[in-house]
Amino acid sequence: MTMRDERPRFSRTGALAATALALVTLMGGIAHAETTLTIESWRNDDADMWNKQILPAFMAKHPDIKVTFKGYPPTEYNAALNTELAGGTAADIITCRPFDASLDLYKKGYLTNLNDVPSMKNFSDVAKAAWQTDDGKDTFCMPMASVIHGFIYNKKIFDELGLTPPKTTKEFHAVLEKIKADGKYTPIALGTADQWEAATMGFQNIGPDYWKGEAGRKALIAGKEKFTDKPYVDVFKELASWGPFMGDGYQAQKYPDTQNLFSLGRAAIYPAGSWDIPLFEQTKDLSFDAFPPPQPDGTDKCYISDHVDIGMGVNAKSKNPDAAKTFIDWVGSAEFAGLYANALPGFFPLTQEAVEIKDPVAQTFVGWRKNCESTIRNSYQILSRGTPNLENELWAVSANVLNGTQTPEAAAEQLQKGLDGWYKPAK
Amino acid sequence: MTSIAMAADASVGRRRWPTHIVVFLAPAFLVYTLFSIYPLIDTIRLSLYGADETGQQSFIGIGNFVTLLTDPNWSKPFWNAFRNNLIFFAIHMVVQTSIGLALAALLSLPRLKGAGVYRTLLFMPTMLSVVIIGFIWQLILSPLWGISKGFLAALGLGSLFAPWLGQEGTALITVSLISVWQFVGIPMILIYAALINIPDDLIDAATVDGAPPFYVFWVIRLPLVYPTLGVVSILTFVGNFNAFDLIYAMKGAQAGPNGATDILGTFFYRTFFGYQLQAGNPTMGAAVATMMLFIIMVGVLFYLFGVQRKLQHHLA
Repeated sequence: MTMRDERPRFSRTGALAATALALVTLMGGIAHAETTLTIESWRNDDADMWNKQILPAFMAKHPDIKVTFKGYPPTEYNAALNTELAGGTAADIITCRPFDASLDLYKKGYLTNLNDVPSMKNFSDVAKAAWQTDDGKDTFCMPMASVIHGFIYNKKIFDELGLTPPKTTKEFHAVLEKIKADGKYTPIALGTADQWEAATMGFQNIGPDYWKGEAGRKALIAGKEKFTDKPYVDVFKELASWGPFMGDGYQAQKYPDTQNLFSLGRAAIYPAGSWDIPLFEQTKDLSFDAFPPPQPDGTDKCYISDHVDIGMGVNAKSKNPDAAKTFIDWVGSAEFAGLYANALPGFFPLTQEAVEIKDPVAQTFVGWRKNCESTIRNSYQILSRGTPNLENELWAVSANVLNGTQTPEAAAEQLQKGLDGWYKPAK
Repeated sequence: MTSIAMAADASVGRRRWPTHIVVFLAPAFLVYTLFSIYPLIDTIRLSLYGADETGQQSFIGIGNFVTLLTDPNWSKPFWNAFRNNLIFFAIHMVVQTSIGLALAALLSLPRLKGAGVYRTLLFMPTMLSVVIIGFIWQLILSPLWGISKGFLAALGLGSLFAPWLGQEGTALITVSLISVWQFVGIPMILIYAALINIPDDLIDAATVDGAPPFYVFWVIRLPLVYPTLGVVSILTFVGNFNAFDLIYAMKGAQAGPNGATDILGTFFYRTFFGYQLQAGNPTMGAAVATMMLFIIMVGVLFYLFGVQRKLQHHLA
């Protein structure tokens, strides 16, 4: 009885299994015909741009590869990525933070070596340095773009008050005084609640003119200069003088508050990163332009923070390493650079091939490369490896200095003391 | 007869192992072991390891704890977070519990109209997401767009306004009070439930004896809810020392200004996951988590042996 009952059931199961097997084989066949790649990024703001402009251009050329974009909020990206990589669930293509964050991933074997990707030759050593081992032998991410710091100003307010963009620190302060005396507008749109703007839009923005760009940055790494030296203390002194010109209650003002304050036309000057350009362009009736960091007294050469910010690498555990490398190679091409730079004005291509940028304000920013020397943020290479973390400290003390709760000298001393605790420069 | 039956019962009980108990306990035991006990033990295990730059882990004993407590680069932020956490807890204990008690006492007034409506409204914030709470309060307190500045000015107190969330001296208190505002519903409901459970004859007898209402509250009703206050305290303690989300939502993982709102939860997050250029350090993070477990355990044991036993003794 039971035997007769079970026999047909068994064969039915067998048939089911066979069908399932056939289906899997079939699906395997489809997957082979069309490879799917996923990109993981902290630029969730750019998802639209990737999906509508950049990825279609690539997929038109490579119909057999389908690429999708997955964005995280910037502050959550590192934690999410590390967890996913450790768990083996990360995407095929990984957006690379510059320097140690990515170097750390490469050392742990999460990123593929990209030395042999053909389009890597389009990039200068400086551009590649952000994604190389310390000896410069292995490159593991394709450089994509840099961001430039400067000051964006509201043209209407400047016209109304009869102001011209300041060239020197003295002129800058004269302009601030005038805007303050008028009383209608906040002179500087900047808040310290999120802390990072104080370091990034403040310290790293105006700093290169004081420490002479790359020379100072390298001297700091070599241990020949210290944060307690005059140039660095002077940067903090300049920052400390901004307090009275910032908005009411700026200690509790967050980054989105600052952006709103400026785009609503209530503030005259916005210490900026070029990545803010697309946001302000979406605002109707806001006419704005930019000026480079004002020159401190007694300097003639100008330096700008032209920071390598974003690259792309291949997950070492990707199931489609060849397709992923094909995509990465395309990311290094002039075609990609042109698409990216114009879809996202404010992210500037690092490729040595000529790329035309159409956005006028982005043109202003990138135009500074002609007269000024470029450098990157001094806390990024090597110096943020230890405990306490220099970048985090820099956020905290820059915010303190702007808040007036720490003197410029004490801020500089805290940075150097933290660095001395673990960093022994090569002699 | 009876003794024979009992003997038979006992022999049956001895022969048959109580399978049903195991069956009934199994689901909870398995789920709890898998999702609570195992991660807890694995965290403690991980805290005894160190990692080199390739991510290779090796056993280092209590090395992480020694670094955490003796290296000023670690111990300073750790004790700062611990101190802030104590203040966070103290504010909750004093403000949240007393407001919760007061609200419960008012709600349990026999002739209060619309008690159900008040109860629901007061409990509402507890059910909202911390992200929403953080967002709303930042807007209310914002020096740029917030209503608190105009509100104070309308009362003629405009000079009292300050960017409370951004100042070192006020940020932690402000965040704590926002958290109190959100969670005051929990002590309120627990104490309310205890208050309405007090038999009416006790109160009636006191009233007949001529005790005024306040006297009845202090001398009869309050002592009868002491055990509930104990439960509320321990819930608040555990909740506060595990807190993270509200501070993360409002002040970010670096919990500024200058670490003023950094509590153990945010300190753990930065250590374990890393932050900006700071690389994540899972083994040190596990050590911080173990310290948090230890702190909470000390508090809970103190409560269980020091407070709860006395309470039971007192009531018995």
